Parts: sequence; structure tokens; C-alpha cells
Amino acid sequence: MNRYYWILGAFAALVALLAVGLGLNPRDVPSPLVGKPAPAFNLSVLATPEKTMGPKDMQGKVWLFNVWASWCVSCRAEHPVLVEFSKKVQIPVVGLNYKEVRGDGNFDMGKMPADDERKLAFQRANQWLAQHGDPYTLTVMDIDGRVGIDYGVYGVPETYVIDKAGVIRMKHTGPVTPELLAKKIMPLLAELNK
Amino acid sequence: MKRSLLIAVFIFGSFFGSTAAFADAATEAALAADPVAEKRLQKLSEELRCLVCQNQTIADSNAELAQDLRREVRTMIKDGKSDKEIIDFMVVRYGDFVLYRPPVKGITLLLWGGPVSLMLLGLFVLQRYLRRRAARINAEDQPLSADETSRADAMLKEIDQK
Repeated sequence: MNRYYWILGAFAALVALLAVGLGLNPRDVPSPLVGKPAPAFNLSVLATPEKTMGPKDMQGKVWLFNVWASWCVSCRAEHPVLVEFSKKVQIPVVGLNYKEVRGDGNFDMGKMPADDERKLAFQRANQWLAQHGDPYTLTVMDIDGRVGIDYGVYGVPETYVIDKAGVIRMKHTGPVTPELLAKKIMPLLAELNK
Repeated sequence: MKRSLLIAVFIFGSFFGSTAAFADAATEAALAADPVAEKRLQKLSEELRCLVCQNQTIADSNAELAQDLRREVRTMIKDGKSDKEIIDFMVVRYGDFVLYRPPVKGITLLLWGGPVSLMLLGLFVLQRYLRRRAARINAEDQPLSADETSRADAMLKEIDQK
């Protein structure tokens, strides 16, 4: 009798372990960038292509850095949340448009000259923001995705919270939801802005 | 009948083979250009996890991110970076998760030590079980005591008489 309890106990432990494992989100990979300075970049601004911008321009401010693209389906779901946020809260949100053209998959990049890609990327990004609303203080264009690699982007949309010293304090992969805003991002922003 | 089957196989094959053929052509061109670099790229790519399709290395995966990362590795090889520098570049950005062989650390102790300790536990339990079993069998193998022999004899006699 005793040994059956033992087997039952072992089985229950296994079930508990699997239950916890199944509940975890495999996409939720901890980012090594949290606690590190935001990687530098110098990218063209969507609204004013002749100007560039980088994280150093945001020094002294707490800001959100949101990676998006017009081909990204989850970004569409996230977008109204960001638009709402930008209306209510005085926190700058910088957009990183990630591989607008080459990320789409509908273009044969082997045949497209770099200039055409650039032009098309600006045009598509502008059009998308005009259509869905623009929550961004400004958007910078990461046309070839190199800056995305520096930020460890692997699934658009991604969102970073960066503090006054330019240190990444939080990273979220996947769409920002109202719950996430209310429970995690807003309290963090309030604390960082103290 | 046989011919139509053959044609069907051919169409099927050329349809699904086409994308693979393109990829192969590109790889072969690069390979021909610099076989040493390409071999290193291959080796490094097998050590790195693609974060989109998480159970594939960036060598196996054709996801966009994997392609980008392979391109990044290729550039770094051309720039004369060492294997360690390239791996570190990836770890800084994507964390230990990007490594197909996670490093031995406090947090991965269970991962590395778990199977070994489970095996040791299993061996221990097995040994204990076998010992007890041997002892039990030994005990059962003892010759009958005088009392038992006389009782058995009595029973046998009873059967014989019937």
C-alpha cells in the first residue's frame, strides 16, 4: 500500500511540473538587454528623412521604444492601445519601423535597388500611420533590420521602456495590451519618473 | 497508368523542389567563393538557436531572422572576428537562450545535473531492489527444517494412500 502512495506522489509531482511548463510562454525569452544601456543608433526620421535621431537625443527622459511594421499583423492589434496611450499620457513613444519592405515577404529583394526600397519603406510607413493613427513622437526607419538585431528583436511588435539615463528597464515581446499597460508599464513609468 | 504516375511525381517534385533549389544555389555560390569562411559559418550557425522557430538552429531555419543572423555572422567572419566574439555578439543581444548548448551556471544546474542525478537515483533504487530481491529468494531457497520435512512427508503419505 505504502509504495502505491509513493508512485501516486511521483505521478502528481510530474503532472504539476508539466502543468507549470505548459503554462509558461516559450516566447517570453528573458532579454539580456534589461539593465543595460540602450544600444546606440542613428537612423532617419520618418517625418523628416533628412534628419537622423538616436537614443542619446532622449537623454533625461523616460520613454517607450516600440518596434513596428505595416506588414506585422500583431502590430495592428496593438496599435489602438498605443494611440490611446499617447493621448492620455505625456510619455514620448519612439517608433522603430523594422524592415518595412524586406520584412514583408511579398517583395523580391534581389531585384530591388536600395534607393527604391528606401522610398517604398517611407511611403508605406507614412501611409500606415495616416490610416491607423500616429501614436509616435517620431518614428525612425530601420530599413535593413540592423538596429533590430542590436536590440535583440525577434518578433515584432516589441516594446522597451528606457529610463532617463538611457538604460533599458523592461522589454516586452508581442503586442502591448491594456492589462500590461495598467499592471506593469504604467507603474514602472511612474517609478522611473519620480 | 505508369506514365501518368511518373508525370505526377515529376510535377510534385519540381514544385516542392524549386524553393530548395534556389536556396542551394545561393549557398553553393557563397561556398565556392570562400569554402573556409562558409564552413565556419555552418559550424557557428549550428551552435545558435533561431528565436522565431525555437527548436531549430539558424543553420536549419529559413526564417527571416535566421537569414539575417547568418548574414550577420558571415559579415563578422569576413571582418576577422573570432568564434568567441561572434557567439558573444549573439549572447549580448539575445541572451543564453540563443545558445544551443547552454553554459553551465547556477540557473542551468538542474538542466545539466538533472539527468545525471536522476540516473544515479535510478541506479540506487535498482540496486536496493535487486539486493532485497536476492535476499528474499535466498531466504526462500533454504532447505526445509526438520519440522517442515516431517509435515511434508505426512502430506505425501496421505496422497499416496488415496
